[in-house]
Amino acid sequence: MTINPELPIKFSRTHRLQWEEAQQKNVILYPEGMVELNESSAEILKLCDGTRNLAQIVSDLEQKFSTSGLTNDITAFLEVALQNGWINQN
Amino acid sequence: MAGLIKTNPSTTLRADPTTTVGADSSATLRAGITPPRWLLAELTYACPLQCPYCSNPLDYTKYQTELDTEDWKRVLTQARKMGAVQLGFSGGEPLTRKDLTELVKHARDLGYYSNLITSGYGLTEEKIIQLKEAGLDHIQVSIQASSQELNDHIAGTASFEHKKQVAHLVKKHGYPMVLCVVIHRENIHQMPEILAMAEELGADYLELANTQYYGWAHANRDLLLPTQAQFKKAEAIAQAFKETVTGKMKIYYVVPDFYEDRPKACMNGWGTTFLTVAPDGVALPCHSARDLPGLNCPNVKDYSVEEIWNESKAFNFFRGDDWMKEPCRSCDEKDKDFGGCHCQAYLLTGDMYNADPVCSKSPDHGVIQQAIDSAAKSALSANEKPLLFRNSKNSKLLS
Repeated sequence: MTINPELPIKFSRTHRLQWEEAQQKNVILYPEGMVELNESSAEILKLCDGTRNLAQIVSDLEQKFSTSGLTNDITAFLEVALQNGWINQN
Repeated sequence: MAGLIKTNPSTTLRADPTTTVGADSSATLRAGITPPRWLLAELTYACPLQCPYCSNPLDYTKYQTELDTEDWKRVLTQARKMGAVQLGFSGGEPLTRKDLTELVKHARDLGYYSNLITSGYGLTEEKIIQLKEAGLDHIQVSIQASSQELNDHIAGTASFEHKKQVAHLVKKHGYPMVLCVVIHRENIHQMPEILAMAEELGADYLELANTQYYGWAHANRDLLLPTQAQFKKAEAIAQAFKETVTGKMKIYYVVPDFYEDRPKACMNGWGTTFLTVAPDGVALPCHSARDLPGLNCPNVKDYSVEEIWNESKAFNFFRGDDWMKEPCRSCDEKDKDFGGCHCQAYLLTGDMYNADPVCSKSPDHGVIQQAIDSAAKSALSANEKPLLFRNSKNSKLLS
């Protein structure tokens, strides 16, 4: 499973992305399970709102953090996210 | 076994050892104690089904009083404040509680991820919609077998067609659907049909839960425990199937620990992650702990969740490794499995401080082989005793 660069990316509607005050972390919640996210993973997933494709997510984050060259890292993470069903494209 | 196997579905929620509750949190934790992450709310012991492997205590009829709505709301609020985030509404059959929707709503307002763990019996489309609107995140439906005849026999209730209909409705209304099938000698031969059924019903997750031999399952072990050959065959079929549904369905496989060399890391470590509250308000470090002697498990009517989690004798009993005897004490794997399951050690060796006898290093490991031999002999016997079904009549006889 790979990311289609053309299509927008949307966070799964059967998962929940949530800030956990007690853990001071964003987490993904799904049936009887939880994944703890680091800050950059959470920033990427927050942009998966069904309006942006891969290039737009990269560009938004590069702008937000005043940096460049994030394409490879973001693509690699999104492929993991896709394989885990956290995001989808269609 | 790699790939298919998850040690225990209840340990998917990993406690992060680095997690700390800081000064900005409104609940406090004692040093060295991790906060609860998983609250299992056993709302009731009432259940229309009679499954002979039920994990409720054999003498459940002794505990007739149930917490009221305000008690449960208080418990949910207190546990959430400490950091609990996954919430299971379980039982018995949680649908028998009239205030279920109200509790689901309260849980959603607090930010829990709510799981309804149900037989599906009595679940209507109207209720499924009502629970969704209240904020329920997920419904786990149990099915006892892939055929109506066997399902209805094991459940002790004609429920097969209704359960399948409920599974469809759960999907229709946008919930992630987990199908749970408890595996034992009566249905293990149906593995191919069980997998096909899960696919047909569109399950997002399939939990293949090899029976864990506590409570009613312990009493019925001779009739439920499959042979190793049966396990291996079923597991190979499940593994092959798993590869065909990658990306569509996730399979949770609860390991048959009687055929393992090492015990399960029970509850992810005692008092580290899981909090069960029984229908009468007794707080338990694991749902079988009620049967352990001398724990004096506290009641949420008498103490706050914070006091129970931090201070109670029961929750501190097996924290750390000071309690360990040999072979656990000097074992280099003690941080991995924490000595295994205390309830199993107690049930099978009579001493809850012993190593879980599933471990091949345990001097009592022979009791596992004896159990396997006894079950195999029972399966061959012409006049095998009947299954002891989980119902009030049998519970009263056993109390």
